[in-house]
Amino acid sequence: MNSNYIVPIFVLFIILYGFKKKVNIYDSFLVGAKDGLLTTFRIAPAVIAMVFATNIFLNSHFLEFVFSYFTPILKALNIPISVIPMALVRPISGTASLAIMSNIFELYGPDSFVGRLASNLQGCTDTTIYVLALYFGSVKITKTKHALSAGLFADAVGIIAAFVITFLFFG
Amino acid sequence: MVSVIWLIFIAVGSFFFIGTGNIDVLNEEILKGGADGIKLLTEMLPLLVLWTGIMQIAEDAHLLDLFAKLVRPVLCKLFPSLPKDHPALGYIASNIAANALGLGSAATPFGLKAMECLQKDNPEKDTATEAMITFLVLNTGGVTLVPTTVIALRLSYGSVHPSEIIITSILATLCSNVSGLIYDYFKRRKRK
Repeated sequence: MNSNYIVPIFVLFIILYGFKKKVNIYDSFLVGAKDGLLTTFRIAPAVIAMVFATNIFLNSHFLEFVFSYFTPILKALNIPISVIPMALVRPISGTASLAIMSNIFELYGPDSFVGRLASNLQGCTDTTIYVLALYFGSVKITKTKHALSAGLFADAVGIIAAFVITFLFFG
Repeated sequence: MVSVIWLIFIAVGSFFFIGTGNIDVLNEEILKGGADGIKLLTEMLPLLVLWTGIMQIAEDAHLLDLFAKLVRPVLCKLFPSLPKDHPALGYIASNIAANALGLGSAATPFGLKAMECLQKDNPEKDTATEAMITFLVLNTGGVTLVPTTVIALRLSYGSVHPSEIIITSILATLCSNVSGLIYDYFKRRKRK
């Protein structure tokens, strides 16, 4: 299946369906677009706050420093070291983990074991911390109960699953 | 919670910068942090505005209601605290659908709308409701059927089979999602 078709078909279908149902599609679009603009302004402070903090955290290379201590263990377990920073960064920043993934592709190739592992790591979960901050921030919720622990638990399972499944399918 | 993460990120990063003697880089990071945030927003803004416009048409044509009706039996099981005709269910359904199709940035407006709808019925405005947490567990799990960005990147780096990772990545996502939902389920039961 060519994924290039998904977006155009989606858009066309909605507009044609709306027209057929006698919706004033142009006016509806304007109402929704205005809503989107206001939403963007409402989430702007939360986005800026999060980008500010993740920039400092990721660019300090603290993660690389921490994982350098685990190198011998990882070697013993036969886990490629280069994917560890990616797994650690994945829940925090999608852009950062994408950057590490393309770096791995460049060094080892996308069809290598490490390349496939990186692809599955990127696909196995979303940027939990960013999404939580954005969504809760947009409605001003500060007491989040077990949302973070559930999200991180799911991430951890996803990351382990990505390792195991890649070993099973491509190992 | 967000405050704590925010503090940890900034404090750990800053101290590590200072400890490694890169105070000038830290200085630069702090000064350009706002600009990077604005850059991300301006990258998101056009698509967000466009999609909320398109989705308003879908909403006015009752397409969202239709879609929500289709997935309602499943969603109702996942969100027992919501009435069957709650408006948030439509947005949750659309958010999951957009995520599944790999339209990450298109999913965000639905997600934010869903949160807004859930917040309207929230008696304690600063506390997350059960439904919000379940929704975010579903959302952050990221049920992606076609990981478009990954495939595009693999292709551009010369992969022979760029889409060979689709099935393995769906399997990994499923493990992640199911375990998140189970965790949420037990946490909810414990609270009652």
